[in-house]
Order: sequence, then C-alpha cells, then structure tokens
Amino acid sequence: MKVKLEHLTKRFPNRNRKIKAEVVAVDDFNFEIPDGRLVGLLGPSGCGKSTTLNLISGLEKPTEGKIFFGDEDVTNLPPENRGVGLVFQNYALYPHLTVLQNILFPLQNLKGEARPTKAQMLEKAAEAAKLVQIDELMDRRPSELSGGQQQRVAIARALVKTPRILLLDEPLSNLDARLRLQTREEIRRIQRETGVTTIFVTHDQEEAMSISDLIVVMKNGVIQQTGKPQEVYDEPVNLFVATFLGTPPINVFEGKISGGRLYIGEDAVMNMDGAPEGEVWAAIRPEGFVLSENGPFNCALRRVEVMGRDTSVVAAHPGSTAEQLRAIISAENRVDTSSERVRFAIKPNKLFIFDRETEERIPFRAL
Amino acid sequence: MKQSNFKAWLYLLPAVLFLGVFMVYPLVEVVIYSFEEGYNSASQTVFGVGGYNYSYVLHDPYFLQAVRNTFIIVIITVPVSTGLALLISVGLSSVKPLRELYQTVYFLPYVTNTLAVGLVFMILFKKTAYTDGMVNLLINFFGGESVDFIEGPYWAKMFVMCFYTVWVVLPFKILVLTSALASVDRTYYNAARVDGTSKLRIFTRITLPMISPMIFYLIITGFIGAFKAYSDEVALFGVNLNAAGMNTIVGYVYDMLYGNGGGYPSFASAAALILFAIVLTITCINLLVSRKSAR
Amino acid sequence: MDKSMSHDRIERTLRRRRVGKAAVYVFLSLWALIVLFPFYWMVLSSVKSYSAYNGEYIPSFFTLAPTLENYAEAFSAVPLMRYFTNTLIFTIATTAMMLAVTVLAAFAFSRLSFRGKNLAFTVFLSLMMIPNELVIITNFVTITDWQLRNSFLGLILPSVTSVFYIYLLKENFEQIPDELYKAAKVDGTSDFKYLVKVMIPICRPTIITITILKVIECWNSYVWPRLITDDEAYYLVSNGIQAIRESGFGRENIPAMMAAVVVISVPLIVLFLIFRKKIMDGVSRGGTKG
Repeated sequence: MKVKLEHLTKRFPNRNRKIKAEVVAVDDFNFEIPDGRLVGLLGPSGCGKSTTLNLISGLEKPTEGKIFFGDEDVTNLPPENRGVGLVFQNYALYPHLTVLQNILFPLQNLKGEARPTKAQMLEKAAEAAKLVQIDELMDRRPSELSGGQQQRVAIARALVKTPRILLLDEPLSNLDARLRLQTREEIRRIQRETGVTTIFVTHDQEEAMSISDLIVVMKNGVIQQTGKPQEVYDEPVNLFVATFLGTPPINVFEGKISGGRLYIGEDAVMNMDGAPEGEVWAAIRPEGFVLSENGPFNCALRRVEVMGRDTSVVAAHPGSTAEQLRAIISAENRVDTSSERVRFAIKPNKLFIFDRETEERIPFRAL
Repeated sequence: MKQSNFKAWLYLLPAVLFLGVFMVYPLVEVVIYSFEEGYNSASQTVFGVGGYNYSYVLHDPYFLQAVRNTFIIVIITVPVSTGLALLISVGLSSVKPLRELYQTVYFLPYVTNTLAVGLVFMILFKKTAYTDGMVNLLINFFGGESVDFIEGPYWAKMFVMCFYTVWVVLPFKILVLTSALASVDRTYYNAARVDGTSKLRIFTRITLPMISPMIFYLIITGFIGAFKAYSDEVALFGVNLNAAGMNTIVGYVYDMLYGNGGGYPSFASAAALILFAIVLTITCINLLVSRKSAR
Repeated sequence: MDKSMSHDRIERTLRRRRVGKAAVYVFLSLWALIVLFPFYWMVLSSVKSYSAYNGEYIPSFFTLAPTLENYAEAFSAVPLMRYFTNTLIFTIATTAMMLAVTVLAAFAFSRLSFRGKNLAFTVFLSLMMIPNELVIITNFVTITDWQLRNSFLGLILPSVTSVFYIYLLKENFEQIPDELYKAAKVDGTSDFKYLVKVMIPICRPTIITITILKVIECWNSYVWPRLITDDEAYYLVSNGIQAIRESGFGRENIPAMMAAVVVISVPLIVLFLIFRKKIMDGVSRGGTKG
C-alpha cells in the first residue's frame, strides 16, 4: 500500500499557556512512500517524527493537509479503521495477558464480518508468532521475556490483523547493542517476507541507514531531504543533513573561497570551479582524508587510535569548528607518531561546501 | 471534541453526584446552619442570623470540658505514639528472625473493631464489686493501691483513654515507619560503617534525616486524627461521655446533633467549625515547622 | 597488634552485640504482649462460664472448663445474627458502589481529556481535606429529610465516596504507559473496553487494596450508623455491641458480652490473616484510620 502525505501540518498549542504562539510539530509535509518499502524517518528528538507517525496511524488529527493510503483518503478515518499496525519503543504489551492473548487481542476487537472465527484467530496468531519466531513462548507473560522477545511479540501483535501499513516507533531503542543489531535484521527480514509498507522512526542514523530502502531526514518539523540512504549520505543538501549522517561525524571547518581556491585557515585545500567567492562552511567526511607528505592540509597531530582495519587520526586545525578533527585512514598507512604535524590531501567527493548563511549545499567542480 | 467532553463527564457523573450531595452541599450548609439562630427542627424556622451559636458553644461548660479533654489527648498521645512507633520500628528493622511475625502481631489492632476491643480494655481496667480487674491485680502485685480507671478519678480515666488511643493508632505508625526505614538505601549504611561511624551517629545523622518526611507526615496526620477522637472514648466510657467527664469535641458535636441533649444542628455546626478551625491552624503550624526544619 | 588482645576485643564486641540483640527482642516481645493480651483476655473471658467469671475476685489467667454457652447466650439474647447480616449487606453494597464510582472517575481523570479536567481534579483534591465531622451534620439532616433514617439506603449513600481512593487509583492508572492505550486504539478498542479489559486487570492489586480498606472501614463504622439508626433492625455490629453494653446483658453478663466481641472481631482478623501482605501494603500507601 502506497502512502501519500499532502501538505501535512500539525500545530499544538504551547504548553505554557501564557505563550499564545503554537508549536509546529510537523510543517507542510509532502511525501510519497512507495508500496512495500521500508522507510526510515530520521531526525533528532523533538523533530516531529513521532508526531508524523501518530498522524499516519490516526492517533492524532492533522491541523491541515491530507493522508492517502493508496487512493483512499484516510485523513478523517479513526485509527481502528485505517488498518495500521503499531510497534512502540517500550513494546506496550499488556502485562496481564500471555503472549498468545496479546497477539489475539487486536483480532478480538474486530466486529461483524471482519471478525474471524476462534479457530481462524488461533491460526492467524500462530502464523504471526511463527513469522517472528516466538511460537514456543505463547504461554509466557511479557515479564518473563527478554526485551528482544517482547519486541517480537509486539511486532507479531501488530502484524496479526495483516495491516496495510506497519508503523515502528523507535522499536530498537530499549534493546542493548547486540540485541539491537539482531532485531534490526529480524525486522528487515519480516518486512521482506510480508512485503508490508513499513515506516520506521528512529533517531539513530546508523540504524536508519542500515535497514531502510528510503530515508527521510527531518529537523524541526520540516523534511530536510529524502532518498536512498547512500544517496543522502553522498549528496547531503545542507549542513544539517551532512552532520547528522555518518559516524564518526563529518568534520566542519570555516572556509573561504578566493580566486577559485578553497582556503581552510591558511591552507589552500582545493582548486575548484563553479562556487561563488566568499566565506563558506567546508565539511569533510572522516574517510575523505588521504595521508600525503606534500598534502595541502596541514594539521597538528594529537594522537593515533588503531582500530584494527582502520586507523583513526585525531588532529587539530585552526579552521576547525570543533576542538579536534578525526580522519579515518586504512591501517596499512603508517602515521609517524613522533612527528608533531600531519599533512593530508582531500578526496574531492568527500568534501562539501555550504553557504555560511543558509547552510545550503553549494555545488562545485574540483579542478 | 464536544462529544468526548460529554463522554468524560458521563464517567465522572456518579462521583460528582455523590460528592456534590454528600460533601460539597453539606459543607456550604454547615456554615449556614452555624449562623442561623434558634433553628427549630420541627417547624424548620429560624429567628435570625448571627454569631449566637458560636457564643453559646464557647460558653458551654461541656464544650470547654471537651476541648480540654481533646487537647490533653492530643498532647499526650501524638508524641508518645510517634516516639514509641519509632522505637519499635527501629527495633524491628534491626532484627531478622521473627520480624514478620512481630509485624503481623503489631498490625492486629488496625483491623479490629475499636468499639469491640474497647470493651475488653474496659473490663481489664474496671474495678467492680466483684473484682478489681486485671490491671489492678498487676498494680497490687507491685504494691500499689487499686484504682477504678473507668469510673474513678479523672487522671485515671485519662490514662486509660490515652493508653487505648496509643494502642489503636500504633499499628499504622509502625507500618509507615518500618517501610520508611526499609526504603533507606543500604549503601548509606555501608558507607557509614566503612567510615567507622557509631550506631547512634548513623541513626541520628543518616536514618533520622532520611525518614524525617515520614515522621512529619505521621505527626501531622496524628494531630488531625487525635483531634477527631471519639469512638475510642465511647468504647471505654459509653455513649454518655458528658456524664463521665470524658467528652471530646467530636463527641460534643454528635451529642448536640443527636443523642440525649440532641436536636441542635446549629450548635453542632458551630462546634464542628470551631474544631475545623483548630485543626486547620495546628496543621498549618505543623507544615510550617516541618518546612523550616527540612531546610 | 598482639593477637590475643584483638581476639579479646572481638569477643567483647560480639558479646555486646548479643546483649543488644536480646534487649531488642525483650522490648519487641513486651509490646507484642501488650497488643496480644486484650485478644487473649477477650477469648478467655468468653469461654469462662458466667458463674466462674463472677466468682473470681482475682481473675485467673486460664480456665480448665471452657464453655461455649456464652456464645449461645450472645446469639439468643440479642439479634447478633441480624447485626451481622446488616453489616454484611452494608459492607458489600457500599464497597461495590464505591468501586464503580471510583473506577469510572479515576478513568476519566487519568485517561480521558476534557475541558475543565484540571479544575475538576483540583476541586476533588481539595475535598480530600474536608473532615467527615464537618459534613456529617448536614448529611444527617438530608437523610432525615429524605425519610431514609433506619434504612439501608440512608446508611449506604453518604458512605460511598472516598476521594482518596479515586486519587489512589488515578495515580495507578496513570502509570500504565500511554503506548498501551495507543496500541489499543489502533486495534479498535473502545474506551470502555480498554478500561475493562486492560486497565482494571493491570491495576488489580490497587483495586483489591482499596476494596479491602473499604471493607475494613465499613465493618468498623460506628458514628454514621449510630446517628442514622435507632431501630435495632438496622444496627450494624458496632452499634449492636454498644447497645449490648449500654442496655443489654453487657451490664452483668460480661462473658456473654466478650463472646459477642469475639464473634464481631473474628471476620476482620481472618480477612487480615488471609490478605496480610495486601492490607499492609495498601495501608502503608496511605490509608489512615478513621
């Protein structure tokens, strides 16, 4: 099922009643989610991603705009008639019911013709449980399960009534690192097997990048950029997206373009074409640095962290906006740790420049 | 939105009805009653409006006796019961075997009908023609003179009164204090033990400050409860408390309302409002003190 | 340090600790004795025969000839059974109504959003501070005006609401995570069904607690029933026992009176022994006597 959001806007009255101005949680969203895809809604906390999810599920009503599932306008439909499945960060399992009863719960709410017989319900529940591989835990209570198992039950409960859309709200945040990785793959597998259109909300960019077909990066209720994860990573449209994606984070410098050259501090880093003269933000991905004895980028060497496959060089540069910068180079390159300076060349496709004021990306051609 | 408002109020309706009829309305009425002079319950007529009811109550020797009794009960039982509860709770939390058993036993008075058990206290303390009673037996054993605690001298009656009140209120206090003590983080004790702090110092410097909010809570509720003393008195001395000289303010209110001298809701209202004023003042003072010492 | 000396010191601390422990146990046992003794005395006196009891100038601490005749006397001389059934009816009806009212109100306050909620809740909270003594006067007049004196309705109606229990349950309801409600909403559960199927089962411990507390309160209630009933047919146990003492056989037949006292006390003590944990938890969470 395709999902289309048209001019979707949600405004809340301010919590502090004395302030009349409203809080805009979601601001004029226009976006289409293709059928059967897994979309990651990504952004820092408070960016409006959970509100977007609540609008799609129908738990909240939009102030303006429309929501379509396929060709059907569901904007005014109550949540129970939308056919969505919802999974929460804290699992939200009913603690007094067993796993089986939890999974059966949504089916028992169906009325009239849509209501399956008892046998059908049990069959469906067993199917859903099998899909998420918890069929051996059916008689346990939520408190007797691990976090990962609880989240599987929650997914089974969301899937049992074969929803049109599956919505996952930070489903991995309560799990520890190892389980998170495991469950992440599990979600991907389940989504592939069922082919249900899935929207996945997270603040963890790595998580979103690793399993999504498409990601939507949000900030302050506004969509910043949408696209395939790799595309967004390679071609960020503004400084926010560039800094939000990637670990370790991108290094940001105060730069200046003068005479067709990009200067960072005193160093003339790159000759370029197509960028207007003036002050800019220059951002370099950690993997964009290449050790080079005569490289143009001259830094003070702080320390070298060897991490097996890669080596992380921590250095300082006067143009940097942060205290230190981090470069990731292949471990085969030896860094002379006795030296106080280190010089790099920069890979042109790992360097982005942004307008100082608007922070929008400025395209250029390296020469 | 409109519809959900309506539905919510529907859920609230029973509570609002009950509270409105039996709490809010009475509250307004009681103030009105207290200023209506010469109310006649048979003809439902009033002479006028004024402060006469208050003045009558304040000059009624029975009321003054009741106030005196109530204050004595409050002043004796609140500190005694709180202190005793603290001692017992500390003792309880310092032992391991049998603790549950003791806790269960100590809680028993809470679940018993005070009227019924009061009668047992009465026969324990009472001196009759046939027997001096259990307690006097004990007093005689230690070489004392028998006293009739139920119909004898004032101080003796007051003693039984306070003793029974403490017996009745202790379970709640012990329970609250033991759970407060149990909730003090053990790491504080361990840290203090490692530093070689003495037991007494641990108690005064760590335990007491940590549970002091609960102690204040007990003192405040203790004051309020003791000011409302009534059923325990009835249990020991019978319904005619005025004759026994052991009436309390609440007892006076009920007597005025209904009972041998009853039929005067105006006087009862005035007395109840005076009691409320006293309790409110004392509670405010308590809160101020606890706030101050919390700093 | 010299080895034997340190050994000596350890010995001394150990001994001191043992003495301290013993003192604590003596103290605790003493209070336990004071608590238990009236109960013992009440049972003991109730099984002494009338003549034996009155014949003892110095009361004896045990009896060799226990008898149940006092119990028979207690049940036949006054309508003790009647008091019992009255109290049972009163307790069950009041508690059931209290539960319905409390659950609905707590649900509205914790789960629903509506205009005037904050104001309404503040009013509710402030009602918690109103002492019963203040409103009982008007209630007495109201019930009298409604011609409900000496009736179960008159006994029950003013005893139903407890603001504190609404508050307690509301707090408990609010601890149920929002997500559960959202999940139920998405699955098409109505508000009422969510209350019955999810909230009540989850908060069952609290509901049981307030039920037990209310039962204790009802069983022991004395003041209101005394004001509103003067017909023996509507006496509750507290009033019954008081009547026995004032005008019945209590004046002379103390063993029979003690038998009545035992009979009245037993149900609650049994209830307590069964639900000991729940009752003590509930009370420590904020029940006060009276």
